[in-house]
Amino acid sequence: MIEHIVPILVGTLGAATPLVFAGLGELVAEKTGVMNLGVEGMMLIGAIAAFAAAVHTDGNFVVGLSAGALAGALAALPFAILTLTLGANQAATGLALTIFGVGLSAFIGQSFVSYSLPGVQPLAIPLLSDIPVIGPVLFKQDVVVYFSFICFAVLAWVLAKTKLGLVLRAVGEYPEGAHAIGYPVTAIRYGAVLFGGAMAGLAGGYLSTVYTPLWVQNMTAGRGWIAVALVVFATWKPGRLMLGAYLFGGMTILQLHAQGFGVALPSQLLSAVPYIATIVVLVLISRDRKLLQLNLPASLGKPFIAGG
Amino acid sequence: MQILEPRANPSKVMQWAAPPIAIVLTLLIGAILFWGLGVSPLTAFYVFFIEPLETSNGWSELFLKASPLILIAQGLALGFRARIYNIGAEGQLLMGAIFASAIAIWCDGIDAWWVLPLMILAGAIGGGLWGLLPAWLKTHFNAEETLTTLMLTYIATLFLSWLVSVPWRDPGGSNFPQSIMFGDPALFSMMFEGLRVNTSVFITALAVLIFWVFVARSRTAFELAVGGQAPAASRYAGFSARRAVWLSLIISGVTAGLAGAAEVAGPVGQLTLSLSPGYGYAAIIVAWVGRLHPIGIVLSGFLMAMIYIGGDAGQVSLQLPSAITGLFQGMLLCFLLGADAFVNFRLKRRKPTLAKGAAA
Repeated sequence: MIEHIVPILVGTLGAATPLVFAGLGELVAEKTGVMNLGVEGMMLIGAIAAFAAAVHTDGNFVVGLSAGALAGALAALPFAILTLTLGANQAATGLALTIFGVGLSAFIGQSFVSYSLPGVQPLAIPLLSDIPVIGPVLFKQDVVVYFSFICFAVLAWVLAKTKLGLVLRAVGEYPEGAHAIGYPVTAIRYGAVLFGGAMAGLAGGYLSTVYTPLWVQNMTAGRGWIAVALVVFATWKPGRLMLGAYLFGGMTILQLHAQGFGVALPSQLLSAVPYIATIVVLVLISRDRKLLQLNLPASLGKPFIAGG
Repeated sequence: MQILEPRANPSKVMQWAAPPIAIVLTLLIGAILFWGLGVSPLTAFYVFFIEPLETSNGWSELFLKASPLILIAQGLALGFRARIYNIGAEGQLLMGAIFASAIAIWCDGIDAWWVLPLMILAGAIGGGLWGLLPAWLKTHFNAEETLTTLMLTYIATLFLSWLVSVPWRDPGGSNFPQSIMFGDPALFSMMFEGLRVNTSVFITALAVLIFWVFVARSRTAFELAVGGQAPAASRYAGFSARRAVWLSLIISGVTAGLAGAAEVAGPVGQLTLSLSPGYGYAAIIVAWVGRLHPIGIVLSGFLMAMIYIGGDAGQVSLQLPSAITGLFQGMLLCFLLGADAFVNFRLKRRKPTLAKGAAA
């Protein structure tokens, strides 16, 4: 049994990493009161930008991931202008961003379909990676997975323990108050949305340059939407977001291994598991209205136009 | 930082000027894009928007593509007015197509008048069920409909993939994942010799009429709109938010399901994986560009159909990438939402006006 469990757990971390990046980015944006439903689109734009950059630099994934993050932030910029400066409906604009991202990435991607990248070798951390089970699972991953751990730690610390985190939360909970005591609410929200875009772009870039590593049209396959759902599941807490991401990563991998275990279910049913699980998870968490109300950033989805 | 100031009243002019402005901006960026791809923008626009309308076949295709877009958008608009965002119309369309195909496949070989009406009914039920599910999840478990409708679309796609690969695969179809071709009793009849446009467009025409009359006069539609624009007032008046969720999701599911049935019983003629070129998503844009108004949606539906046809034509005669259609769709919606800002806001005047100073 153990010989099955280790590869599944190892795979889980890789499969979860895009959800971790995209989910943490969306979490920060939502903490400041902005719901961006364009995560799927920004991920796709990041994925093709990262892939193109990596192809042009002979498979340099660091350049690729940077390009992906940059492209994701750039894709978030029109969303920020529309919703934050022009007061457009956040749900509709996010949706528009996703539709645009699907179209743009497919458009650019058409000339990259036949390429492939070498991918990234796992980096074993000396000594730690020799620990049975935990070693290969946690300490024999690619560098980007380690980077996702760092991102989580830094973000959780910033949100909980620093003044910046306090300001971010204040903007989301009570923008009028934050504005009244002199914080630039709109500028802070711009920052959070662009950060969310960069993280979504990074998530897409991880898929296309490290995880797969190929460009396939619509390769995110709903992961951006699952990341949005995970933020709700996490009740806007980074720790729970990680838990959710690994849960979903595990499900994706189990589904791939299921055939190997002799599970005689149609492959389509197995592929549907993460989507069904997303609905189940949403239902379980949303039915507790009090819990949701308690944690939901109070101004989420509401435009804020200062002065007038 | 602040470049806008709120208007005292929403601008009626801007409300209707926004879609043309968005269209012009999309075309402008489109022209730059064509130029960048090494195609003369004038040639490209001719191929996209003029050439298809020079033949009767082009007009037939225009109606054929506009029909599902308009039908789905009518249903979606009802919910959008109530701020209930069903973004899974694509999945509801697929379920409608699946249910309608079930009738066609089970009744294969039966030459009876009732096969097609039964398919239409089944399509409406299939789409309606796929809208009912997120409505139930929303009203009973408070689950966000944007996410559930979209997840259900992925599930519907996989269900369709299983159906056409295993139980309903055409044994004579050389292993392609597709069902048998439907017989004549399971197909809408053609309206003109040699053209693909069929009588299913009358369903759309009827729907437009119903939505037009319904939206203009019914109390329910009024309640839905109030619920979206002023939830507090709506609660005070005793309008039920739950009922709004049920109504908008089921109605938009039914219209999408009907569109799906019309596809399999029309131009597609069988159940396949590629039965919809994203009509369910494009209809969201159609609803918005049409100002959520039944007649506006007819106009924007034809515009969107032109983008589809133009995209196909550009691919064939100019070797443009097929993804250009999606790019145009996304740009159109983004520009529209930007232009919409000027319905409620206007550019801040350089100098503060005297009146404002006096008031302060």
